Amino acid sequence: MSDSAAMAAALRTEGADKAALRLDGVTCTFPSPDGRGRTYTAVQGVTLSVAAGEFVSIVGPTGSGKSTILNVAAGLLAPSAGRALAFGEPVSGINRHAGYMFQADALMPWKSALENVAAGLEFRGVPRREAEERARPWLARVGLDRFGDRYPHQLSGGMRKRVALAQTLIVDPKIVLMDEPFSALDIQTRQLMENELLDLWSADRKSVVFITHDLEEAISMSDRVLVLSAGPGARLIGEYRVDLERPRDVAEIRMTPRFLDLHREIWGQLREEVLKGYAQTKLT
Amino acid sequence: MAVARVKRLPSRPVILLLQVAVLIGFFLLWHVLTATKILSPFFFGTPLAVLERTWSDFASGVIWYHLGITLLETALAFAIGTVAGIAFGFWFARAPLVSVVFDPYIKAVNALPRVVLAPIFALWLGLGIWSKVALGVTLVFFIVFFNVYQGVKEVSPVVLANAKMLGASNRHLFRHVYLPSALSWVFSSLHTAVGFAMVGAVVGEYLGSAAGLGYRIHQAEGVFDTVGVFSGMLVLTIFVVVIDAVVTVIEKRLLHWRPQEAQTTNAQG
Ligand SMILES: Nc1ncnc2c1ncn2[C@@H]1O[C@H](COP(=O)(O)OP(=O)(O)OP(=O)(O)O)[C@@H](O)[C@H]1O
Ligand SMILES: [Mg+2]
Repeated sequence: MSDSAAMAAALRTEGADKAALRLDGVTCTFPSPDGRGRTYTAVQGVTLSVAAGEFVSIVGPTGSGKSTILNVAAGLLAPSAGRALAFGEPVSGINRHAGYMFQADALMPWKSALENVAAGLEFRGVPRREAEERARPWLARVGLDRFGDRYPHQLSGGMRKRVALAQTLIVDPKIVLMDEPFSALDIQTRQLMENELLDLWSADRKSVVFITHDLEEAISMSDRVLVLSAGPGARLIGEYRVDLERPRDVAEIRMTPRFLDLHREIWGQLREEVLKGYAQTKLT
Repeated sequence: MAVARVKRLPSRPVILLLQVAVLIGFFLLWHVLTATKILSPFFFGTPLAVLERTWSDFASGVIWYHLGITLLETALAFAIGTVAGIAFGFWFARAPLVSVVFDPYIKAVNALPRVVLAPIFALWLGLGIWSKVALGVTLVFFIVFFNVYQGVKEVSPVVLANAKMLGASNRHLFRHVYLPSALSWVFSSLHTAVGFAMVGAVVGEYLGSAAGLGYRIHQAEGVFDTVGVFSGMLVLTIFVVVIDAVVTVIEKRLLHWRPQEAQTTNAQG
């Protein structure tokens, strides 16, 4: 395991143009909803790069611009300034290398769980029958093999998240963008899913950008944790390498001294931002 | 353990029984009032005469022809109105300029009581079935049109973005996202649309034609045949109820993915 970590580190240092995903001075300014030409700058000058096979988490207070950053990386949102690069190529339009697991419910309500998982393959020209055959093992992997013919409204919130996970991963994206994928789950299911995700990830090292509110989740999953400041004009203010050994068990690793050190260190910085962010939302 | 009991309706057979009782009660009241001459049988008919007339119409077969005509007009009006409504609904929803420019005119035409068009359609298209179909189409079209427009506009942006991220082309988006969303709105207005198709047919027949249920009622009225009028209304009612039941079955099949009011099975029945 330690040599795969070394390999990831080697890939990182090999140069920015080899990065799976790179954001270059990304600034996003939205027209203010109250109108009259006033604007709101959510994120400002965000530069980050994610190596091939690296697992990076972004933490930050609510409303700071985490989803916005992910939307830029996905190519769903054109930044006001700066640019996004995927494997050295500028992202224009949808980022074809990326899979995106959205914060909100994004399943097609008129498709069953199985059809939802199969959709990505179908869009890539795989015949329907075959796509559904290949979707079955994915449903089993997220523990829903008996729920294939249920419609989203017949599934619990956690089940829908798991379907979304299978739906995103089945098309084998090289970059996986995940926006608070597990925040709707109870703590036990959540840890099961986190371990499951780490297993899937270690099987074929994709690049993952993982957004969460939960610092413990961020540390226990990632190679690197980035801290985003409170908005407006949120920027990346901290970067922490997580040198915990893999494979990890997300529940056990939380007891180790190194984890607690890291947590104390990052939380010291994050706490301030969260308080600032809270004051911001109270003001406006 | 004290369980708060939710007030529950009686079981289905009991409800059905009560419904039948209301129907029989109505006919009995009608019968008694006309038999005792409190209501004149000339103006109000008698239930026995109405049932007898209806029965003999069906037995002799004359009514089937008229039923068939009305059904054909209803089906054509519904089909043409729906297809046109879907096509235009999509076009308007996807072309903002078109929708903005035409908006006041669509609203104006929709506000017009369509019945006044019936004589015009009779002039243009003659007294055959097509003038009735045209009237039905003008009614059905707008319902379907507005629902498709709404359905396309209301597609959740997240679902749309998700489909795009999964690699959907424009054609895929149409087939897998816009169309199902729009159709769910169309189907939820199916009862109204079918009802209006029939209103168009019957009103058209009533105002001028040589066949159909509306024509039968109009004929009977012309000779003060109250029994004939009531018999025509009875047949029309049965026709509506049957079509509505068929629509319900179709709706259930096509919209099975939609959340109903939460359903659970219950051992106590
Ligand atoms: N389309 C938009 N128009 C205007 N403002 C927007 C838009 N999208 C996001 N914002 C603003 O940008 C800021 C960042 O939003 P974003 O959704 O990225 O936050 P977030 O960090 O993901 O928050 P959370 O953790 O609660 O999901 C917010 O203040 C939000 O109001
Ligand atoms: Mg967010």
